[in-house]
Amino acid sequence: MPRTVLSLFPLRDGKRRIMTIHPALALLAKDFRGEWRTRYAVNTLLMFIVVTLSVVVFALAGETLTSGVQAGLLWVVLFFSAMNGMSRSFLSEEERGTTLTLRLLADPSAIYLGKLLFNLVLALLLNVFIVLLFLVFLEGFLIRQPGLFLAVILGGGAGVAAATTVIAAMIARAGSKGPLFPVLSFPVLLPLLMSGISATKIAMEETEWTLALPELGVLASYIAVVVAASFFLFDFVWKD
Amino acid sequence: MRIVASNLSRTFGRMEVFRGVSFAAGKGMVLGITGRNGSGKTTLLKIAAGLLGPTTGTISWSVGSTALEPRHVYRHIGFAAPYLALYDDMTVEENLRFFAAMRGLRLEWNRIASFLDSVGLTAGREDPLRAFSSGMKQRVRLLFALLHDPPALLLDEPGTNLDEEGLDIVRGIVRSRRSIGPVLIATNDHADIELCDGVIRLSD
Repeated sequence: MPRTVLSLFPLRDGKRRIMTIHPALALLAKDFRGEWRTRYAVNTLLMFIVVTLSVVVFALAGETLTSGVQAGLLWVVLFFSAMNGMSRSFLSEEERGTTLTLRLLADPSAIYLGKLLFNLVLALLLNVFIVLLFLVFLEGFLIRQPGLFLAVILGGGAGVAAATTVIAAMIARAGSKGPLFPVLSFPVLLPLLMSGISATKIAMEETEWTLALPELGVLASYIAVVVAASFFLFDFVWKD
Repeated sequence: MRIVASNLSRTFGRMEVFRGVSFAAGKGMVLGITGRNGSGKTTLLKIAAGLLGPTTGTISWSVGSTALEPRHVYRHIGFAAPYLALYDDMTVEENLRFFAAMRGLRLEWNRIASFLDSVGLTAGREDPLRAFSSGMKQRVRLLFALLHDPPALLLDEPGTNLDEEGLDIVRGIVRSRRSIGPVLIATNDHADIELCDGVIRLSD
């Protein structure tokens, strides 16, 4: 038996470098397969979005809001939806006890990248879905500059995913669940929320789109800074 | 691969688990780690795997003349332990494919079948791992450790939950891997200790 085992392992290649993207994509595929089977995050998010939007629509009772209030409402729903779904990425590994297994399989940066990609896809799908529901059900919700609006929503989703991924890792490694996640995320996401709301308001009004340039700059810088800082920080978060 | 440890100690808070542990292990050596429950066998094995740092003392890893950084040691070791969690919602094939993909390897079905045969896992290949017995999961953990053909093997209580056939497989693996690189086994099983060329006894 031992000889059989030995002869089956011609895979050793100590000099071959494994790029970060390969294990990251493998982790992404595994997480999507798991989500497809359980639909845990998707179902939780859908329920949250439907309930929140129903409450907003009933509360307004046909009343038309200013674009500033509509933009604020949209970002409230985007923020709390992210709080419901994004923490699952690392928490599920911690609950299953597979953190040690992952540590034995890949570099921390590959793990972070895989989880970031999962949260990124989830956040972008989530944001697009919420916007579609707002367009259908919220009276007077008009987008006058679709290109700018799309850039803000996608950029906002990317920023939320970038920040919440590393926070989710900290929360999971600390053995804490739900409540701490939004508490820690809110101050980190505040600059993103302020710029996002401001740029969304501009995209909903008939004003010059260039007015949103400073806000777009903040969004882009925020994503770059948070992703770069997270790659450095994640090593310390991930090890015991 | 060679692992050299000098005067290691490890504390958790105020509790000192062990101190003054030194060893060197290289190709052709099976090193046993024994001791009572709580004496630090698992902690020492995790330090040897680069998963934990020692509180004091030094540990170094090298492949040929190249020294390894602790964060890269995982690439060069195979690690199996009963507390190593697998993905219970995935089948054994999906688990192995995932582990291989994470290490940048691609596994064909016939190779997976051969791997499974080598540890005596012939049934339940289509079932999620949650349907597996503890002993069957332990055999999957052995494959987790061997999948990438590592130059060093670290086994923590490898015989846990295994039947006689499983124990024979573990001992066969230990004997055969000795010629490839060091094998470290944390165990109190006398049959496992008999395989060892040297033993570290951790006292309370």
